Amino acid sequence: MTRETYINAALTFLLVLVPFWAWSTGQAYILTLCTKVAILALAGVGLNIALGLGGLVSFGHAAFFGIGGYAMGILASHAQVFDPIAEWPILIEGTKSMPVIWLVAMVSSALAALLIGVLSLRTSGVYFIMITLAFGQMLYYFTIGWPAYGGEDGLSIYVRNSFPGLNTLVPVQFLILSYVVLGLALWFSARLARSSFGLALTAARQNADRVETVGIAPFRLRLVAFVISGAITGLAGAMFADLNRFISPTMFSWHTSGEIMIFVILGGVGRLYGPVVGAALYILLEHLLGGVSDYWQIFLGLLLLAVVLFARGGLIGTLAGREVAHG
Amino acid sequence: MTFLLFAEQMLNGLQFGIMLFLMAAGLTLVFGVMGLINLAHGSLYMIGAFAAAWVAGLTGSFVLALMASLAAAAAAGALIELTVIRRLYKRDHLDQVLATFALILILSEGTRWVFGSFPLYLDVPSYLSGPVTLPGGIQYPLYRLAIIVAGLVVAGGLFALIARTRIGIQIRAGEADREMIAALGIDISRLYTLVFALGAALAGLAGALVGAIQSVQVGMGEPVLILAFVVIVIGGIGSIKGALVGALLVGLTDTMGGVLLPRFFALFMDPSAATTIGASLGSMLIYILMAVVLIVRPSGLYGSA
Repeated sequence: MTRETYINAALTFLLVLVPFWAWSTGQAYILTLCTKVAILALAGVGLNIALGLGGLVSFGHAAFFGIGGYAMGILASHAQVFDPIAEWPILIEGTKSMPVIWLVAMVSSALAALLIGVLSLRTSGVYFIMITLAFGQMLYYFTIGWPAYGGEDGLSIYVRNSFPGLNTLVPVQFLILSYVVLGLALWFSARLARSSFGLALTAARQNADRVETVGIAPFRLRLVAFVISGAITGLAGAMFADLNRFISPTMFSWHTSGEIMIFVILGGVGRLYGPVVGAALYILLEHLLGGVSDYWQIFLGLLLLAVVLFARGGLIGTLAGREVAHG
Repeated sequence: MTFLLFAEQMLNGLQFGIMLFLMAAGLTLVFGVMGLINLAHGSLYMIGAFAAAWVAGLTGSFVLALMASLAAAAAAGALIELTVIRRLYKRDHLDQVLATFALILILSEGTRWVFGSFPLYLDVPSYLSGPVTLPGGIQYPLYRLAIIVAGLVVAGGLFALIARTRIGIQIRAGEADREMIAALGIDISRLYTLVFALGAALAGLAGALVGAIQSVQVGMGEPVLILAFVVIVIGGIGSIKGALVGALLVGLTDTMGGVLLPRFFALFMDPSAATTIGASLGSMLIYILMAVVLIVRPSGLYGSA
């Protein structure tokens, strides 16, 4: 038992508690805030698989976040005006059903991650950071210039999509749904890290040559990790779009990539709960500091700087010690 | 498309490329010598532009404004190198990305706090305004021509500095082997501060020169920063020559793509669709260029593998 195990147990307990606490306050904005934390944490959980386990510093995860968002936007906008997306060669209708939208979002962002990964994983180090950034920017400018779904202005979806058996328009129901999805993603990512695939991926991060010597191709490990990572971030994008009932090219901007990365680093790279703690802290700070000063980002910047310079390994790394730290 | 329009757009692309080179030179030097990714380089560009607009507003002199941009950006560069950046040289790229991202937040919001959210304007001085007729009957704004010339002079000076002076030798030695030059008795941390301030000053100058064409506002540095990264990645990180080639390539591709692609699509599509598809593909073009370069040469055109 390491200290991180205890911390993780405590955090799991807290995570289960948060929806009840939010519900008991009865305040709509707290419910929305907590939902936002869960969804952004989910995006971070996705990135953490590439970044923490695989050591792949992707500065373009906004691409998958955006693709998920646009998958939701495209399907729902066609459904709300009963206009099919395509009539030939097969009839494709829009849909307002979350499970279908999520599936489409995950499959399309996984495919994008496969394509981007095959091309980007040929490079490494700074070049990898920059080429993933370039792919994100490519999609950003594409959506700005693509008038069909709102172009630069984005697109509003009037009614939140539906989930069988739930009324997602009731904030607390959507909140619980987001926490269940986040919990499943955390469970999956913990299983993944302990699986033989996860161990091989970790080994490839620490010493790619050795992994290659024992007959495992690091490229394929990394590609699979990148695809899984993209799919989870894409799911978060679809849910984030549903939370705001709005999509816009900002979802693809490099600021979004930077923010998702901040969640992971603030909480602790490669730590199971890193993205959750990071996203919660970020949103909390945004909320608290934003109330104090219009220039709250100065304080956020100073805090981030302090974390990088003095609290290496993020919040969980500081609390739990450095034994599984990113390296 | 007439020859005149084509020539004018080529000059625009050249001007854009030269400005990108001023930005990219500092980035690539800092990466080559210190191994640091500096996302906050765009903030130095912004600081240069704000300093120029402020001084021009006080004194009315464009020359003083340019000098202020150099001084302010160099000073800001030296300050952040001494306080933050030098702690990052031994860290991995992830820490560098995050810390300099934090610096962007601090510098952008700090500038907004001092100057407010409204854009400032920096006027082109009267002796550089108006068009000039070039050989071949090309009408071109004198100011943009002056930027091209000024940028080329600065680029030439930078190459001379690196190739011919003692500082240049130290910089090149620092890229090759930093332990060795420290062992030879060169104050490496002073050299690092100097290189960082030099790169900052170039970025500040670019900000001031471009600030007179566009408006001076918070956030102006970020789009240019991303482009400068595209430039140095295409050129090969650490190579000044690569930065120059990459900058011209990106400047010309972006400008000419935006002009030519809509016309190309108009050959076989209806005009409005051609315009939208052409324009959106045009703005993606440099990223496509970068991806292609990296796929063919994973460490850029002039990068060492």
